[in-house]
Amino acid sequence: MGAAPIRVVLAKLGLDGHDRGLKVVARMLRDAGMEVVYLGLRQTTGTIVDAVEQEDADVVGISMHNAGHLTLAPLIVAALADAGLGDVPVVIGGVVPDEDLDELAAAGVGAVLGPGASAVEVVASVRGVVDAGVRATGD
Amino acid sequence: MQPATEGRTPAELLAAARDGERRAIARLLTLVERGGGAADAIAGATHRLAGTAHVVGITGAPGSGKSTLTSALTTLLVAGGRRPAVVAVDPSSPLTGGAILGDRVRMEAATVAGVFVRSMATRGHGGGLALAVPGAVRVLDACGFDPVVIETVGVGQVEVDVVAAADTAVVVVTPGWGDAVQANKAGLLEVADLFVVNKADRPGASDARRDLDLMLDLTEVSGACPKRRPVIVETTATKGEGVEDLLAAIDAHHAVLVGGTGLEVRRARRLAAEVRARLDHLLGEAAGQALVEAGPVAGETTVETARRLAGRILGTGDTG
Ligand SMILES: Nc1nc2c(ncn2[C@@H]2O[C@H](COP(=O)(O)OP(=O)(O)O)[C@@H](O)[C@H]2O)c(=O)[nH]1
Ligand SMILES: [Mg+2]
Repeated sequence: MGAAPIRVVLAKLGLDGHDRGLKVVARMLRDAGMEVVYLGLRQTTGTIVDAVEQEDADVVGISMHNAGHLTLAPLIVAALADAGLGDVPVVIGGVVPDEDLDELAAAGVGAVLGPGASAVEVVASVRGVVDAGVRATGD
Repeated sequence: MQPATEGRTPAELLAAARDGERRAIARLLTLVERGGGAADAIAGATHRLAGTAHVVGITGAPGSGKSTLTSALTTLLVAGGRRPAVVAVDPSSPLTGGAILGDRVRMEAATVAGVFVRSMATRGHGGGLALAVPGAVRVLDACGFDPVVIETVGVGQVEVDVVAAADTAVVVVTPGWGDAVQANKAGLLEVADLFVVNKADRPGASDARRDLDLMLDLTEVSGACPKRRPVIVETTATKGEGVEDLLAAIDAHHAVLVGGTGLEVRRARRLAAEVRARLDHLLGEAAGQALVEAGPVAGETTVETARRLAGRILGTGDTG
């Protein structure tokens, strides 16, 4: 019956900012045939974990623009793991200096996207972490 | 795809889901949505377990406040000790098959209150939706959620049908010239068991109510609307105003259904519609198959070909 679309939960964690960038990313993913469960601004780890669980998401994309990625990203990874959702890959969007990338990867972040990422890069990155998860669990 | 649920049979998932494991519920909904063998197995297993939940459909134009209202309503239900769930349907892009499902943005209060919310895309063909929504409702019902609220955009025929098949169909309109008229054109007047004039904080709410009343008078005169005259409730969903009235009206409608034969009639109609959708699907597949295997022959008219293939599918020889 054809492959089911990838389901992505998309959210912005924290208090800052606007949702223009997040909406652009949502459209990029939709135009690539994905189903985007859009949460919008000012989400907490709790609302994100609830959505990932109830929506049976294949991947979660979280934007954070207040340079809190080194604390926030491990928090969300841990919150997902605590809820038994540790197998759902996390993609982080934001301004992340190169020297932090290894630390984020070690914390369990599947991929990082900078603010200038093109549609092709965004889609490839989301697909990439989903496919890697499928391979890792062998189905 | 996910080790926590993959590898479990639908029956195992259902047992875990009925014990309250939310991820198992979510995975069952995914399988139902994909259709095929697993969905059929789940339909079989939930068929006898479901039937308790009051199914409430909410529809109306995009932006009329359906999600905000659904959130306020279900939050109120939780406060009253009930256990509601929501299925929020949004259209898929016909070009790419993708979708942006944005209803959760306005349902934060509900999710914080613990309401189970599931977003669902129409996935192109309406036939799929006509099966996926009742299938999902049955899973939620079997897992003890009650009521189950379905939100759909009241523009497509299938979306309207889905809400029309609910126990209680709520149609949301907003103040502003023509909204009630639009609802009438979209065929929503006939399906409504009750109306909500949302955004009552805006000017024109009483005009919208009057327009609705007028149109209801007209349908009553023409005899097009044999059922109980729908109640009209005014709400300001963003402030929670009128939501208690809406809940009371929904409960009152349910009580009327339960008190008479209304519920049985509705549910029989709903099952018939679902069987019809399945039948269309099965026959459609058979038609495609027959066309591939025994397509048009030179000299045959299109009618003759169609009749010959119909006969082949139905095993009755030529139906002409
Ligand atoms: N002024 C006013 N705005 C409302 C009301 N209810 C919803 N809205 C706003 O209308 C917009 C659309 O609401 P939403 O619930 O997403 O509508 P839906 O598309 O029908 O689900 C949002 O910006 C809401 O905040 C209301 O009662 N009054
Ligand atoms: Mg909505």
